[in-house]
Amino acid sequence: MSFSIDQILRGDIPRVERPPAADPSLVPVRLRVNGQDHDLQLEPRVSLLDALREFIGLTGTKKGCNQGACGACTVLVEGERVNSCLTFAIMHQGKDITTIEGLGTPDALHPLQAAFIEHDGYQCGYCTPGQICSAVAMLKEVEHGDASHVTSDLMATDVQLTDEEIRERMSGNVCRCGAYLGIVDSIRAVYEQQKGQ
Amino acid sequence: MRTKEVGRPLDRVDGRLKVTGQARYTAEFPVEQVAYGVLVRSTIARGRILAYGTKAAEQTPGVLAVLTHENAPKRHPTKEFDPSDKEPSASPTTILVLNTDEVSWHGQPLVVVIAETLDQAEEAASLVRITYAPAEELAKLSMLDQKTEAFVPKKVLNEKPEVTQGNAEEALAAAPVKIDHTYTTPPYNHNPIEAHNTLAYWEGDDQLTVYDSTQYIFGVRKMLSEMFALKEENVRVVSAFVGGAFGSKGRAWPHVGLTAMAAKVVGRPVKIDLPRKDMFYMVGGRTPSEQRVALGADAEGKLQAVVHTGLTASSTSNTFAEHFSFVTRHLYASPNFLIQQKLVRLDMVPNTFMRAPGEGIGTFALESAMDELAYALNMDPIELRLRNEPEKDPTMHVPFSSRHLKECFALGAEKFGWHQRNPQPRGRREGPWLIGQGTASAFYPANKRSAEVKVKLSIDGTALLQSATHEMGTGTATVQAQNAADQLGLSVEKVRFEYGDSLLPKANGSYGSTTTITVGGAVELACEDLKRQLLRLAVKHPSSVLHEANYDDLEARDNGLFYKDNPTRGETYAVILAREGKENLEAQASFPPFLKEKLEEMAYSFQSFGAQFCEVRVHEETGEVLVSRWVGVYDCGTILNDKTARSQFLGSVTMGIGMALWEETHWDLRDGRIPNASLSEYHVPVAAGLPRIEVYSLGIPDPHTPLGAHGAGEIAVTGAAAAIANAVYHATGKRIRDLPITPDKLL
Ligand code: FES
Ligand code: FES
Repeated sequence: MSFSIDQILRGDIPRVERPPAADPSLVPVRLRVNGQDHDLQLEPRVSLLDALREFIGLTGTKKGCNQGACGACTVLVEGERVNSCLTFAIMHQGKDITTIEGLGTPDALHPLQAAFIEHDGYQCGYCTPGQICSAVAMLKEVEHGDASHVTSDLMATDVQLTDEEIRERMSGNVCRCGAYLGIVDSIRAVYEQQKGQ
Repeated sequence: MRTKEVGRPLDRVDGRLKVTGQARYTAEFPVEQVAYGVLVRSTIARGRILAYGTKAAEQTPGVLAVLTHENAPKRHPTKEFDPSDKEPSASPTTILVLNTDEVSWHGQPLVVVIAETLDQAEEAASLVRITYAPAEELAKLSMLDQKTEAFVPKKVLNEKPEVTQGNAEEALAAAPVKIDHTYTTPPYNHNPIEAHNTLAYWEGDDQLTVYDSTQYIFGVRKMLSEMFALKEENVRVVSAFVGGAFGSKGRAWPHVGLTAMAAKVVGRPVKIDLPRKDMFYMVGGRTPSEQRVALGADAEGKLQAVVHTGLTASSTSNTFAEHFSFVTRHLYASPNFLIQQKLVRLDMVPNTFMRAPGEGIGTFALESAMDELAYALNMDPIELRLRNEPEKDPTMHVPFSSRHLKECFALGAEKFGWHQRNPQPRGRREGPWLIGQGTASAFYPANKRSAEVKVKLSIDGTALLQSATHEMGTGTATVQAQNAADQLGLSVEKVRFEYGDSLLPKANGSYGSTTTITVGGAVELACEDLKRQLLRLAVKHPSSVLHEANYDDLEARDNGLFYKDNPTRGETYAVILAREGKENLEAQASFPPFLKEKLEEMAYSFQSFGAQFCEVRVHEETGEVLVSRWVGVYDCGTILNDKTARSQFLGSVTMGIGMALWEETHWDLRDGRIPNASLSEYHVPVAAGLPRIEVYSLGIPDPHTPLGAHGAGEIAVTGAAAAIANAVYHATGKRIRDLPITPDKLL
């Protein structure tokens, strides 16, 4: 269980599921994450976030506050963004859950992942998985014509994704490193790219 | 000629792992059998523990141990972090929580609950009851109420707490134009999004491995080796990916030692990941401050007297006096100075460095005061600053190694359009919004610490760089790979940099904007040593084209050593090594090279500068302040990577805006409770409400530092709050001298 620094810096650490405990009070929970089923034995009070990180071993989803204030734990449930710290794992059986690991890999990046690298939409990287998951869903919301607090014409079906709109819609995701400009530019780049297609 | 790597806006080398969730932060290592620790906080500020009610906790399913001072193993005292030590311990305090029945602050960890799962540990922790004997005297919680007990500390960092030159009070009284005001700043918390966390396990009785989210690996190792009476080399500390730090992770807060202790007791790996609330109670923040700045000038605006005195707080369990007065020692010329810092000690969690400690709050006071003086003189605030440019450092009396504050203002004023500004307050409005513009100087020292670097060159044309420094998002991993690539004439893809592990060569903590120069200098020296070794190997052979070469005739280029004046004449490293039958070659070096450094250090004043410009909109009816524009220009030497340096500036300005407008840690002065200990009530900046911040750097190399560089991680915090306060004055005619500038203060 000792990891060399070479391994750590290459990202060469295996995903390890926590072995189920022999405790009769636990309930079976099946979660479908990134297209793969995981059969877990959980206490019903385990949050989706802890189930992902501590039981399934998918640590890409981060814990920043555990109370819905930072967005680091954002994942996609049926394509919509959810703060996984605020919801119980057991409520999400039978749903499609996508985490940062399901969006892309180091060798096959999602366009937003590539854009975050190009525009330096991060520094420490800790809020980043949440930012990217949130942005993926946010762009869908825009495509769908959902209004935000700063949308001036609530009846318009076509949202103009100004900087102000991006900033407003991404404000559930805190970046203490203050990489907001890079985040806005990353999202804009991918939005323009998608619109062009 | 191939292009240099240094200066290129290279993407971060760790970027792909970060954006795909493959970068493992401390709490994320899949260590078998890991148990979870949760801490119980004190709910009084000062007193003794009478009894613990731990039965319910112990009986909670899954609980492995409940530790209190009655059953916790004894640890050895550790020395408090002392900046004058060559290799200081990372301990923020000398207090050993859980080895004492004494309570020294509200929030002090008193009990550790260890259980199979996090939920079990949290539930059990919630069931612990503690009975206290509160101290007879009232806890000391208000810095201002304790003013009468304030004292002049022996040192402020490594400098004198007082500087007097001439007679500042007399000169002030005699000055035709003067201002004299008090500025206050509240406590702040760093709040990196990755909480402080530690994962520890033991092998046998004397081998300890600790994954810790730290920006000071060797300080943690030192503290733990003292605490558990271990040989330093028997403690391994790993801190590879760090989710933000901003100073807070420069100290090993009590949970670090407690995690190691808990792992020992339960005989299994244990991790403690501090809940956000504990981040306010168990991790120290920025001290509150009260500062007096009095400036006296002649009619031309030349400063005749500069007074900067005031008060900060440390705790009863530490001694750190935050150096708010340092900026005033170096920024403007004046024949008369009176600088003095005092300290009070409170029953609160020990305070610590927070991004731009000292200068962050010191520039708020000094640069607000300069703006007030400019108005008193009816002079442009930039002009006032230019008239007080010193020829030499005004209190050290040595030249600056590099100083381009004037150029910062010139470029900033042009980018911002400063000269179109009507200086009259309340001169612009749009509907209910009053619009104002402000400026301030930025200032931060360009210090160095120590680091060792090892470099290994392989026959396949790759290089491995190793140093136990840190990457908290600062860009170190990327820029030092660029640096080594240039030193060795390789392309950056051929360089791997290993950092973040105490098994690697020693490096000092990554704080105080020192890492770029320090590690950069060590990389330079190690590479030089390597190149000299290579040349020595080549020179031996008459058949080598380098046979007659001198080191100074050559340059590293295209994977080898070539003559400067004949770019095709030379040898690749592969040829040199192959001839010797060697697979690779290593070199190691320490920075600073001692003697040379000492002399340079005394001969110059090493500082970074900058000019901040902003525009604010203040809503006349609600008092809401929005920052609508920002231009910052910084003078911190050569920029190693435009992309990562720019992010450092942007992040710093953002933190400066938070400091000016939204952030404040409230202390309940009755019992030391922190009523806003969460990210929903402690407002850090979010994307909304921030402008498109523009930052520029001059990029003028410092002739006296490695690569001509300075650190760039903190300068842009400084002056930010003052620029905003100055803009708010310009917008509204109201001078706010008390941060943060919340609506209530403007109504
Ligand atoms: S961890 Fe879920 S919102 Fe912060
Ligand atoms: S990148 Fe560090 S918190 Fe966003």
